[in-house]
Amino acid sequence: MNSELRDLYQDVVIDHSKQPRNFRKLEDATGTAEGFNPLCGDHLTVYVKLAGGVIEDIAFQGDGCAISKASASLMTTALKGKNEEEALALFGHIHTLLTVGPNDEVKPEDVGKLAVLSGVWEFPTRVKCATLAWHTLRSALEGKDERVSTE
Amino acid sequence: MSALLTRSSAQERASDFDIERLRRHFPILGEKVYGKPLVYLDNAATSQKPQAVIDALSRFYSKDNANVHRGVHYLAERATEEYEGARAKVRRFLNAEHASEIIFVRGTTEAINLVAQTYGKAHVGAGDEVLITAMEHHSNIVPWQMLCEDKGARLRVAPINDAGELLLEEFEKLIGPSTRLVAVTHVSNVLGTINPIRRIVEMAHARGARVLVDGAQAAPHLKVNVQALGCDFYALSGHKMYGPTGIGVLYGRSELLEEMPPYQGGGDMILSVSFEKTVYNKPPNKFEAGTPDMAGAVGLGAAIDFLAGLEHDALAAHEHEVLAYGIRALSEIRGLRLIGTAHTKASVLSFMLDGIHPHDIATILDREGIAIRAGHHCAQPLMKRLGVAATTRASLACYSTRQDIDALVAGLRKVQEVFR
Repeated sequence: MNSELRDLYQDVVIDHSKQPRNFRKLEDATGTAEGFNPLCGDHLTVYVKLAGGVIEDIAFQGDGCAISKASASLMTTALKGKNEEEALALFGHIHTLLTVGPNDEVKPEDVGKLAVLSGVWEFPTRVKCATLAWHTLRSALEGKDERVSTE
Repeated sequence: MSALLTRSSAQERASDFDIERLRRHFPILGEKVYGKPLVYLDNAATSQKPQAVIDALSRFYSKDNANVHRGVHYLAERATEEYEGARAKVRRFLNAEHASEIIFVRGTTEAINLVAQTYGKAHVGAGDEVLITAMEHHSNIVPWQMLCEDKGARLRVAPINDAGELLLEEFEKLIGPSTRLVAVTHVSNVLGTINPIRRIVEMAHARGARVLVDGAQAAPHLKVNVQALGCDFYALSGHKMYGPTGIGVLYGRSELLEEMPPYQGGGDMILSVSFEKTVYNKPPNKFEAGTPDMAGAVGLGAAIDFLAGLEHDALAAHEHEVLAYGIRALSEIRGLRLIGTAHTKASVLSFMLDGIHPHDIATILDREGIAIRAGHHCAQPLMKRLGVAATTRASLACYSTRQDIDALVAGLRKVQEVFR
C-alpha cells in the first residue's frame, strides 16, 4: 500500500470505523442534528447533551464510509467534557487540517488524537466525509435540529 | 443482443476479436494514474473516446466551422452538410425511418425533459398517469415527477425482483386507462438489467400509452433498432457511446413530433416570426432552437462510424465474455455480493463488499490506477429498494479486458487487507 493510503487508513481510523465509540442514541439530548452527504449517501445523526455550556454527553448514529464513521467516533471521544467554545475551536483546527493540511498555524498535535485524520487532506474527494460529523455537531450545538448537507 | 448469445458461441467469436488493436484507438488507455496503468471501469458514467472522434472535433473546428442552416457562404454550407450528415448517421444507427425523427439535444437528460415538457404537457392531464420502473435513473424520474406535479397527474412505479428484473406481470397491471406514458430504461445503469422493451411496448400500446425508452446505457452495447422495438421515443447520450460530451439524441416517431408543441423558443425553430404570431418550423428543427452543438454532432457521427467499423457480433461476444468473466471472478471473492443478477444483463458489475463502504473501496482502488464508481449512481429510489445506501460499480466498454477484471480483483484483495 502506498504511504498516502497508509496515512489515510491508519489503524486508529480503521478501529474507530469498525467499532465506533458512543454509537448510540442519547435519549436526553439537548440538541440533535442530522447530516447527509448526498454524493455518497452518508447519513448520520449527532446527539449532544449540554449542561451549563459544557458537553456532558455526546453520541452519534448512522451509516457511512470508514472516514466519516471514524471522524464522528473520534469527535465524540474528544469532546466529552469540553465547552461549546472549545468544541468549535477544535472544529476550526480540524477543518484547517483537513482542507489545507498541516501548516504553521495548525499542527497535527494541536488536535490531539484527532491527528490521525490528518492524512485526509491528501484526498480532496474525501474531505467532506471527514467534516460531515463536525458540521452536524455545530448544528446540534445550535439546537437547530435541522438537516445538514455537505452540498 | 449481446446477453442473448450463448456462452460457447460467445467465446468462439470473442477469440477472433483483436482487442489490442481496438484499444490502440483510445489514446487515454495508455495513460498512467499514480504511476500505474489506467484501468478504466467507469464506462457507465462516461466512455473514453477513440482518436477518430477526437480528430473529428478538431477537424470540424479547423476546416468546417460556421453556423448551420443560415449562411449562404461556402463554410456555412459545409458545416450544415456535416451536421445533417451526422443526423443521417444517427438515423441509420437507430434504424429510424426518417432523419427528421432525430433531434439533437445535450444528452439523455435533455431528451427526456424535452418529451416531458412538450408531449407530456400536451397529453398528460389531471388524473392521468405516467408509469416508470423502480430501476430508473433520476433523469427518468424527476422530469416525470415535475410534469405530474404541474398537471395533477400521478406517477406510478413498476416493481422489480431481488435480482433486479422488472416484474412484467405487475408492470402490465399498472398500465391502465389513465396511463398516458410509460418511461423505462433499456439497460439499468446500476444493475445492468436489459429490459424486454418490445414486450413492454406491446403492453403499453395495447392500452393506448406511449413509450419512451432511456437508451443511455444500451446504445454503446446493444444493436438498437427503434422500428423493431416499436417505441415512440428513444433517448441517448453521445458521451456514453464513445462520442463527445454535450451531444445526445432524441428519436421520436414522425407523427408524434409533428403535432408536439415546440420545446424552447428561438432561432432555427421558426418558419416566420412577427410580434403577433410565430409559425414553427418542422421537426427536427422545431425542437432545436438556437445554434446547436455542431462539432458535438459531427463527433457523435464519428463515434457511430467507429462502432460501425467494428463487427457488431464479435464486439457483443467480446463484451459478453468479459462480463461473464467478471461475474465469475468477483463471485469468488469472500464477502462480495453482486447487486443485479438479472438473467439478461449487460456491461455492469455492481457489488457490496462485506463491512467495507463503497467510498473506501473507490479510494483504495483509485490509488491502484483503477477507476470505478461508488455511490447511489443517481438512482436513490433503486438503492432504497435494494436496501443499500451505495454500491461499488465497475462498468465495461468495448475496450475492457479480462486483465482489467484481474486488476480489479487484485485491487479488491488489497482493500480487504486494509480493512482486515
